Amino acid sequence: MMQEETKKATYTIPVGPIHPALKEPIRLALTVDGEEIVDADVFVGQVHRGIEWLGMNRNNPVQSIYLAERICGICNISHPFSLVMAVEQAAGITPPPRAEYIRAIIAEMERIHSHLLWAGVAAHEIGFDTVFYLVWRVREEIMDLVEYVTGNRVTKAMFQIGGLRRDITEEQFPRIRQSLDYYKSVFDQLKRVFLDDKTIQMRTRNVGILKKEDALKLLICGPSGRASGVPKDVRQDQPYAAYADLDIKAITPDMVTGTVVGDVYDRIIVRLLEVKQAIEIIEQCLEKMPPGPILAQPKIAVLLKALTQAEGEGIGRAEAPRGEVIHYVRLEAGQSTLATWKVRAPTYVNLMAVPTILKGMQIADVPIIFASLDPCMSCTNRMIITDRALRKKSIMSYEEMHRLSLQKTEKLRR
Amino acid sequence: MELLSPGEIVDSFKTALGDGVIDAKIYEREVAVKKNKFRSLWVEVKKSAFRDAVEHICHLQEYPHLAIISSSDLGAEVELIYHFTIYYGYHLEELSLGLRVKLPKSDLRIPTITDIIPGAIFTERETQEMMGVEVVGIPDKRRLFLPEDFPEGVYPWRKDEKGPPDDMLRVLPGREQK
Repeated sequence: MMQEETKKATYTIPVGPIHPALKEPIRLALTVDGEEIVDADVFVGQVHRGIEWLGMNRNNPVQSIYLAERICGICNISHPFSLVMAVEQAAGITPPPRAEYIRAIIAEMERIHSHLLWAGVAAHEIGFDTVFYLVWRVREEIMDLVEYVTGNRVTKAMFQIGGLRRDITEEQFPRIRQSLDYYKSVFDQLKRVFLDDKTIQMRTRNVGILKKEDALKLLICGPSGRASGVPKDVRQDQPYAAYADLDIKAITPDMVTGTVVGDVYDRIIVRLLEVKQAIEIIEQCLEKMPPGPILAQPKIAVLLKALTQAEGEGIGRAEAPRGEVIHYVRLEAGQSTLATWKVRAPTYVNLMAVPTILKGMQIADVPIIFASLDPCMSCTNRMIITDRALRKKSIMSYEEMHRLSLQKTEKLRR
Repeated sequence: MELLSPGEIVDSFKTALGDGVIDAKIYEREVAVKKNKFRSLWVEVKKSAFRDAVEHICHLQEYPHLAIISSSDLGAEVELIYHFTIYYGYHLEELSLGLRVKLPKSDLRIPTITDIIPGAIFTERETQEMMGVEVVGIPDKRRLFLPEDFPEGVYPWRKDEKGPPDDMLRVLPGREQK
C-alpha cells in the first residue's frame, strides 16, 4: 500500500508533428500514467501557409477564390463557397437561383466523398483494412461523378463571385442519378459493416466520449458536435444556397440507437447517415433546379471594378463535411485586395475537444479517437510567414502507435 | 425557448447595456427560390460594456456559438468582431451576431471571455499573437500558430510598423514586391 501514498509519477509522450491519425502534421503532448492518458495538449501551426495574409495583401478577390480552394484539399468546395458568399454580401451581389442549386449539389458531392474517405481512414486506424479497401473502392464512384460534373477530381474551380463558372445541363442528369442509385444500393451494406460489426463496436463504443455540455462549451461543430447531441447544422439553421428551400434536419445518433452517448460509434452513425442525407439533397436539388443564368456578372473586368469600389462587410457560412466553415470579409473602397479576410475552419474549434475526449483512454485508442473528429490540419493552419519547423522531439512514431492499435484489435478479437 | 426577432434583440441590447451600445444594424437578404431570409445582426458596443454584452448574448441562448474573432487594423484603432451565432437548432431561425468593439492603438487590451465561453481560448490566443491585442486574464498565454522562434513584437495582421517587415516576406521568383 506504499504506492498509494507516493505521488504517482506521470510521463509525457510527445506525438508528432508527424500525425498520429492522419498524414497531416500536428503535435500532441500526452501525459500518461502507465497506459492511461491523464492529460493532453495540442500544438498546431506546422502547416501555416499565409493564405489570409495573401488575400489581404497580394491577391484581388477573384484570385482569392482559387487560393481559398487550396486551403484544404478535401473541403475545396466549402471554403470558396463561404468566401464568395461573404464577398457577395459585402458588395451587394445576388447570385441567380440556379447557381444556388448547383452550389448545393457540388457541396453535397463533397460531403459524400469526404465522409467515405473518413470511414476508410477510421477502419484503417483500428486495423480493419478490408473495410478500408471496400470503402475507398465505393468512394471512387463519387470521385468519377465529381470529375464528370466539374471537370476535375480535386480542386474544381467552380465558384465565381455572383455565381458559378460551369453549369450542370439536363443531359448530365441521368449520369448523376446513376451514381446516386449506386450509393443507395450499397448504403445498407456499408451501414451493416460499420454499425453491426462486433470488432468495430468493441473499439468504438464508449470510447472517446464527448458529453453534450462539453461540446456546447467548447464550441464543437459539425458531425462531432451532432454526435454529442448538439443539433447544429448550418444547412438546417440558417438559409443559404438551395438549402434555404429544402427541409433539412440535423442528424443526431439517437435516430438510430435511441440515445446519445457522444462516443466514436455515434460519430460513425452521424457521418454514415449524412451520406444518405446528401444523396437525398442532391436528388431534390436536381428535381427543383430552376432554369436561368448561372452568373450575375459574366464580365470579370466589370466585376473586379465593382469589387474595388465596393465598401462593406459580409459573413459567409457553409456546412462543410467536418462542420461549419465561416469566412468574414471586409471590403474597402479603392482597395483591390480584401481589406480583412478571416477564415474559421471546423477543425479549429473541434481540436479543443482533444484533451477532453482523450482523458482516461489508452494510448492504443489515440489513433481512432483523434481520427473520429475527422481533423483537418490544413484548414486550421493558414497564416504564417516563416516556415522553420519546431524542434522535433517525437519519440513515438505514427507507425508505432498504429501497431499498438492493431494489437488492441487483435486482443479484443481473441 | 422564446425566439426574439432581430429588432427585438437590438432593443434587448439597448435595455441591457443602455448607452453602452454605439450602433446596431440588421442585415437581411433573400436566398434562392423561396426567398427565405439570411439574417445577420451587427452590434457595436463600447469597450466598457463588452463583457456585459457577451453575458447578455448568453441570456439570449444559454450556449451561444462563438465562431471566431476577426480583427482589422483600421489605422488609429483595431476593430475586433466576435462572430456569434444564436438560435441554432431551429429550422432557418439562426442569426449571425457580430459583436463589434474598437480599441485605440494606445490601449490594445480586451478582457478575456473564456470564463463565460471556455471554447474562446483558441481564437483569443490567435488574436493575441497575430494582432498584438492583449487579452487580459487569458488562462493560457502561449502562442497558438506562430512558432517559438518567431520574433517578439511582430504581429502579422497589423498594417502599421508592427506588421511583418519586408525582409521577413519571401517574394517568389518572377514576382514583384508589393
